[in-house]
Amino acid sequence: MEKVTTDICIVGGGPVGLFAVFEAGLLKMKCHVVDALPVVGGQLSEIYPKKPIYDIPGFPEILAGDLVKNLEKQIAPFHPTFTLGERVDGLEKLEDGSFILRTSAGSEIACKVVVIAGGLGSFEPRKPSIDKLEQYEDKGVVYMVRDPEQFRDKHVLIAGGGDSALDWTIYLAGICKEVTLVHRGSTFRGAPESAAKVLSMAEEGQIKLILKSNVTEVHGEDTLEAVTVMVDNANPYKVDVDYFIPLFGLVPKLGPIEDWGLTLDKNAIAVNTLDYSTNVRGIYAIGDINTYPGKLKLILCGFHEAALMAQSAYNIIYPDKKFVLKYTTVNGIQEI
Amino acid sequence: MKDAINIFVEQENGERIELEAPLDMNLSVMEVLKANEFPVQAVCGGMAICATCHVEVLQGEDLPEMSDDEAYMLESLPHATDSSRLSCQLRIEPELDGLVVRIMPEA
Repeated sequence: MEKVTTDICIVGGGPVGLFAVFEAGLLKMKCHVVDALPVVGGQLSEIYPKKPIYDIPGFPEILAGDLVKNLEKQIAPFHPTFTLGERVDGLEKLEDGSFILRTSAGSEIACKVVVIAGGLGSFEPRKPSIDKLEQYEDKGVVYMVRDPEQFRDKHVLIAGGGDSALDWTIYLAGICKEVTLVHRGSTFRGAPESAAKVLSMAEEGQIKLILKSNVTEVHGEDTLEAVTVMVDNANPYKVDVDYFIPLFGLVPKLGPIEDWGLTLDKNAIAVNTLDYSTNVRGIYAIGDINTYPGKLKLILCGFHEAALMAQSAYNIIYPDKKFVLKYTTVNGIQEI
Repeated sequence: MKDAINIFVEQENGERIELEAPLDMNLSVMEVLKANEFPVQAVCGGMAICATCHVEVLQGEDLPEMSDDEAYMLESLPHATDSSRLSCQLRIEPELDGLVVRIMPEA
């Protein structure tokens, strides 16, 4: 938890967010970068660090991970600061036109300009489509195990067949009164050791395992009391539970950004291609998270968007100064 | 040798919409669906990590084998069926001619 004051707060530390630090730095604007992941680089670090990219101008081939390293080196002279492993949840616009961003861990970033470079968005739990499921959220339905102690001596039903469903079934079996795992398939593709362990625990009666089944209904007066499990699409029966934990992986969503009053178009933020500004003055969106006619989700387009954003943000941060385009070949890099 | 194949998208009312898919552009079924403005989000762009291009194959043989990534992703989808695929992982090849898919809702 920290308090930071900066010129520009960049939400998202992927390649485009990092390059925005560079373009802002050339214009002497200080940047703070926030990312929900514990490392910078976004998808490039998290999903495909070892994949070669072939369409970065000037690099016939570069590994995604190396591109991130180069970008970090490129922006180092501008001394950006970072809050990593925290998701930006709240945005408040103050009367003077500046902003305060709040993160999931309670950090606060005060800034004059917000640049959303959120890429795919943040990864949120995938929710199964079960009627009235949302009604019981945090009243017995949870999508993530944060504190296993919450489930001590309770009846818990986990749904899913991936690694996290297997791992939590094994772990919670030692804490809960009863753990039931409901899986759509008849086999598990997850880590073979975990799958074998779950099967043997079921044989020994330490857990209940219901294969080829789905949870189709949730019941309870105020809090969750039972769920209906449908076996083989035919035989529904009710199981009394205190908690239902659907673990169906993560899906990229816009997340809290959805509630910031920005104009959205099909899960992306609509921007003006003049400067990649959103409908809220002082908030820009660049890279994969924005949309406009002709949008291409390419890193190189995001870089271009960062440059245009920076000259527009300059007018907000230095309203009395006139923007003059400066070339790095003439001026070099001035540390800030 | 043909330079395009035809694939079909079955609508809710059972009607099948025919799409022409060129063979020479290294496209995936997801890209053909998007190009034809079907409501396929394909958030991740084809890396088999988001499952927002999930389809059910109603008719089609000789489909490419599933990669571990795709199988793992489908495994985690609550409403996937035995004939579910991620359309981003289906390359347009001559073998896919006559493929019929149904676009699955997002979970």
